[in-house]
Amino acid sequence: MSREGLDVQEAVTDAPAATTTAAPARAPLPDTAAVQRQASAARRRRRAGMWALRLLLVVVWLGSWEAAATWWIDPFFYSKPSAIWHRLVEWFDIGTQFGSVWEQILITLEEAVLGFVIGAAAGVVLGVLLGRSRYLADVLAPFIKAANAVPRIVLASLFIIWFGFGLASKVATVVVLVFFAVFFNAFTGAREVDRNLLDNARILGASRLQVLGTIVLPSATSWILSSLHTAFGFALIGAVVGEYAGASKGLGLLISNAQGTFDSAGIYAGMIIITVVALVAEWLLTMLENRLLRWRPSASRSSAEVV
Amino acid sequence: MTEDPVIRLRGATKRFRSSSGGVHTAVHDLTMTVGRGEFVAVVGPTGCGKSTTLSLVSGLEPPSEGEAVVNGRPVTGIPDGVGYMFQADAILPWRTVLDNVATGPRYRGASKREARERARDWVRRVGLAGFEDYYPHQLSGGMRKRVAMAQTLVNEPSILLMDEPFSALDVQTRALMQDELLRLWSGTGAAVVFVTHDLEEAICLADRVLVMTASPATVKASFTVPLARPRDVERIRLSTEFLDVYREIWESLREEVEKTRERGGKRVA
Repeated sequence: MSREGLDVQEAVTDAPAATTTAAPARAPLPDTAAVQRQASAARRRRRAGMWALRLLLVVVWLGSWEAAATWWIDPFFYSKPSAIWHRLVEWFDIGTQFGSVWEQILITLEEAVLGFVIGAAAGVVLGVLLGRSRYLADVLAPFIKAANAVPRIVLASLFIIWFGFGLASKVATVVVLVFFAVFFNAFTGAREVDRNLLDNARILGASRLQVLGTIVLPSATSWILSSLHTAFGFALIGAVVGEYAGASKGLGLLISNAQGTFDSAGIYAGMIIITVVALVAEWLLTMLENRLLRWRPSASRSSAEVV
Repeated sequence: MTEDPVIRLRGATKRFRSSSGGVHTAVHDLTMTVGRGEFVAVVGPTGCGKSTTLSLVSGLEPPSEGEAVVNGRPVTGIPDGVGYMFQADAILPWRTVLDNVATGPRYRGASKREARERARDWVRRVGLAGFEDYYPHQLSGGMRKRVAMAQTLVNEPSILLMDEPFSALDVQTRALMQDELLRLWSGTGAAVVFVTHDLEEAICLADRVLVMTASPATVKASFTVPLARPRDVERIRLSTEFLDVYREIWESLREEVEKTRERGGKRVA
């Protein structure tokens, strides 16, 4: 549906009654269907070419690595694609030395997701609260800056001492990582709310709580959602680092164990699994974002494709 | 009209702390009244404090000195029955046309169904029937103004404050919206304070035109517009009565505009 068409209503109401001069003959407009067919064919060709090039890049990259590791460099240190593939197959077929690989993935995911939810919720609540209260924000600013400057990864070790080797210590690590990523965006989002929207809501009869729920939160949503992408990356890192610091299960343990046994293929295999998990999560978050931000003019739709 | 005015400002002064640390007086010792159902246009040079006058009446800003009385009660907070159309777009970009218009009734405790029903009626009245499910970014500037108008009017305000609402529109759309406003306003009995820097617009719409002085603003003169209603904005501009009134008010306004220009010139030089 073309949005340009909507302006017609206003333009038409006051149109002159009749056009007296006959318009000179103009060149006929080209057949739109044919133009469209051509455009979509060109688009398909472009996509196909893109995918072929991507595939070529991967083949060249993995092929040269494999060749180099076979003939020139020591695969003991650098491993090679075929060895990594064998390790992955082994993990998924037979299992790891700590049990099924699926179990490790689920454990890490559980830690990451739990910490992510708690950290993001806390970040949104505190961010919006401080974003709307200048005084509170001024009072707490130095503490927040200091807390943000603490190397939070190190806290993972402290949490192991506090909460033990189980779930709690990893979740705590994830929470401190996720919290700040979300907090600063929620804070900025809540502070940058359009004054006009706030005034308008007050005039229309909104209470303080209604202003918060119907104006501030939706305004901050795009800020918050964009932070969630990075935050989930942090959540996975937090869970893996937490496991690395000490755990009895999880992907971090697999990697740390591979390091202990000089199994470089195992480290790569662990990395690949985490990458895939992160990509799936990223895709889910993008779906959520698209759903929540339906009201926004999407870049692809508004920049109507020029033929 | 002087007895029982709906809006009364007496000796109202508003000072702001400017960003450079000094104090900026936007409005100084301003006294004005608006009667029930009266359409008053406020004109003045750019940046003279016209908008501040509206925020004093709406309760968005308390006066530094003097008093603002609306419907017989001193203004503390937003008074009942006030509607406000802002210069910039103030409709919610994440709500559809229908839900935007339903916002006011929802805030005031109407059920979702009831609010939507009233909103649907107003969407139709401002000529947007069929666009209920569109988001603001899908509409033209004029259509967004219509949404804002419906959003304000659905609350059935007895006082309508308008801050250069049509200044961002192109000339043709603006004339159309002025007609539209007069059509919607007639019969509501609402008092209107319409701030604008466009004298033509002021005369076309109002019963009375107040001329403000250069900053800090105060009322310089008040002119009655003797044009009959209903008015056709496009046609009325060409009548001799219109031109007579225009000339008379412009004489008064011109001095203030020149004062503002001189000051601006000094600042630039």
